[in-house]
Amino acid sequence: MTTLDSSKEIQKNNSEVNETHEDFRMFGLITFLIADGMTFAGFFAAYLTYKAVNPLPDGAIYELELPIPTLNTILLLVSSATFHKAGKALLKDKNSDSQKWLFFTAFLGIIFLICQLFEYFHLPFGLTDNLFASTFYALTGFHGLHVTLGTLMILIIAWQSRSNGGRLNSQNMFPLEAVELYWHFVDGIWVVLFIILYLL
Amino acid sequence: MTISIDQQKTNNESLQPKGWLRYFSFSLDHKVIGIQYLVCGFLFYLIGGTLASAIRIELASPMSDFMPRDVYNQVLTLHGTIMIFLWIVPVVNGAFGNYLIPFYVGARDMAFPRLNAVAFWLIPPSGLMLVASYFVEGAAQAGWTAYPPLSITTPQSGQIIWILSVLLLGGSSIFGGINFIATIIKLRRPGLKLMQLPMYCWAMLGTSLLVVLSTPVLAGTLILLSFDIIANTGFFNPVLGGNVVVYQHLFWFYSHPAVYIMVLPAFGLVSEILPVHARKPLFGYTTMVFSIMGIVVLGLVVWAHHMFTSGTPPWMRLFFTIATAFIAVPTGIKFFNWVATLWGGKITINSAMLFSCGFIINFVFGGITGVALAQVPFDIHVHDTYFVVAHFHYIVYGGTVFIIFSSIYHWFPKVTGKMLNEKLGILHFIITFIGFNLCFAPQHWLGLNGMPRRVAEYDPQFQFVNQVSSFGALLMAISTIPFLINVFLSVRNGKNAGDNPWNALTPEWLTSSPPPVENWEGEAPLVEEPYGYGKEISEQK
Repeated sequence: MTTLDSSKEIQKNNSEVNETHEDFRMFGLITFLIADGMTFAGFFAAYLTYKAVNPLPDGAIYELELPIPTLNTILLLVSSATFHKAGKALLKDKNSDSQKWLFFTAFLGIIFLICQLFEYFHLPFGLTDNLFASTFYALTGFHGLHVTLGTLMILIIAWQSRSNGGRLNSQNMFPLEAVELYWHFVDGIWVVLFIILYLL
Repeated sequence: MTISIDQQKTNNESLQPKGWLRYFSFSLDHKVIGIQYLVCGFLFYLIGGTLASAIRIELASPMSDFMPRDVYNQVLTLHGTIMIFLWIVPVVNGAFGNYLIPFYVGARDMAFPRLNAVAFWLIPPSGLMLVASYFVEGAAQAGWTAYPPLSITTPQSGQIIWILSVLLLGGSSIFGGINFIATIIKLRRPGLKLMQLPMYCWAMLGTSLLVVLSTPVLAGTLILLSFDIIANTGFFNPVLGGNVVVYQHLFWFYSHPAVYIMVLPAFGLVSEILPVHARKPLFGYTTMVFSIMGIVVLGLVVWAHHMFTSGTPPWMRLFFTIATAFIAVPTGIKFFNWVATLWGGKITINSAMLFSCGFIINFVFGGITGVALAQVPFDIHVHDTYFVVAHFHYIVYGGTVFIIFSSIYHWFPKVTGKMLNEKLGILHFIITFIGFNLCFAPQHWLGLNGMPRRVAEYDPQFQFVNQVSSFGALLMAISTIPFLINVFLSVRNGKNAGDNPWNALTPEWLTSSPPPVENWEGEAPLVEEPYGYGKEISEQK
């Protein structure tokens, strides 16, 4: 029986079968974040191996200062908390509160990126100066890309959680929850990166 | 929160093209996507096979007289990349996985149908890009491993296109993996337990875990490599203080599991095919499940056995030799389980069964040479010789490609509703089996005697054996002809198959052939014993 191209069958199927299933978009996102985390794990492994076996050549400069990255760590940790606040507000259908918290989170993300760029411009080494300089820029750059994407997504969901005409409300929380999980993930990666790159 | 399937579907399907056109559309039906994967992969298999023929023609004589040396390098790079990333991985995972997994878990589609379609549609453009790179400034020349410094010093444009293409294919593979994990774990029909799933589900779950855990590492590595090529950084360039061995570690952290990504689904498929045609339950279901998961865990910690000649320290050699040898245990369990499944069964000799038995024979041979290669002293002797080429092809062609053909013979009636011609199928098997063994068995000898791989020229003393091998390759090329004739004839006027020509018990046979759009007319059947063949007979008595 070739039912594939008969639209009647589809109609019948759709009217008869009205099943529901559990929402597993979050499960898919977590799987994706594990994969993304493995990319970072590869970079970290490469960096640590270089540190163990490749000595810095004579005359090469690779020095990092702590103040800016420490400020950045605080910024990201605070932004995680403000994002959480936004979620709580949306759950109570306080869309305008939620929107305020989201804009504040995005603002913190942008400040983070500005600080990162400021650090890039004031470091005494460039991308191709030596192995560690290259690894530093690759790692922080790849993380910065994640922060950039995250900030854009936060701005989008902030726009969508507006009171009149927005898609997000206490019934449709998934976009906010997904971006929140992603943002916490990016924060977590930063903490690991901060420890490995700056403190070790 | 729950999602109504009903709402989601009505919008999509009114927009879907009907008939054969849907195979060229952004279809969300898992069966259409599976066939898209299969046909697309087969077209690339023909391209990769043509390149392989070119390699064997070149190697029929000791001098590089058929093509210039740099073209030879491009041809072997494209052959390896196309066969691995565009034929075997997409077909054995994407094609059969998409077609079968939703049936096996009792679902109407994959967990994320749109992601599924995106994953497929990443493949044709990246494959075409890879093939087209030959006409730009020459394709990549550094082999499918793209080891630096070779990949940094050869012409850049081809290498960069290669990297971009492999990144896209890796993305496709990760999306597919996420989808399979979600489908198998989350989308199971209520009442269906994990330990009641057909073995292919377990194989795909293990494979997808490997894909999700290891493919991103390859992506990161290739991004660093592209920085080395474009931006003059020195991650892997010793001249600039970099470290080539780090590349090898990161590369093989993906590419050794990639072997299991290619072969584990084949293990699953053969476990579906053998019980049906031997009319016996699959022997040792539980041990099969645990050996698959054992291979997944061990497969992640054996990568450095590819690098015994890269200055690896003794402790590393010891660890990776032992870990690699351990993989023989779960693999051996699976092998004996298949043999025990056949033992005393009511075996039907047909094309699907013959290809599966061919798989078992070839695979045990490739497995034994694999254990041999894990031993450091032996590995150092044959490293980068034709012995490795022979071992690899015994696993990947003799193993996986045989199973792909076996699966096509097995599931063709389900997909089209028509039977394939058995005589042509058996002819296909005989030519393939003889051609394959004639092509690759002599290469063991070549490798033991020191003929290096990936070189267009060789010592004239090896000429006769190389010609035998090339003759085998010719047979393999010819073997495609009866297969293609068979498929075209059978699609047009093959014998009607009926819904369940093999009297199989797995869920995909419990619906019509070809299946309706959402797989079942009514509710999905609950199959608690996908391999209950013995019971079926005793009940009939």
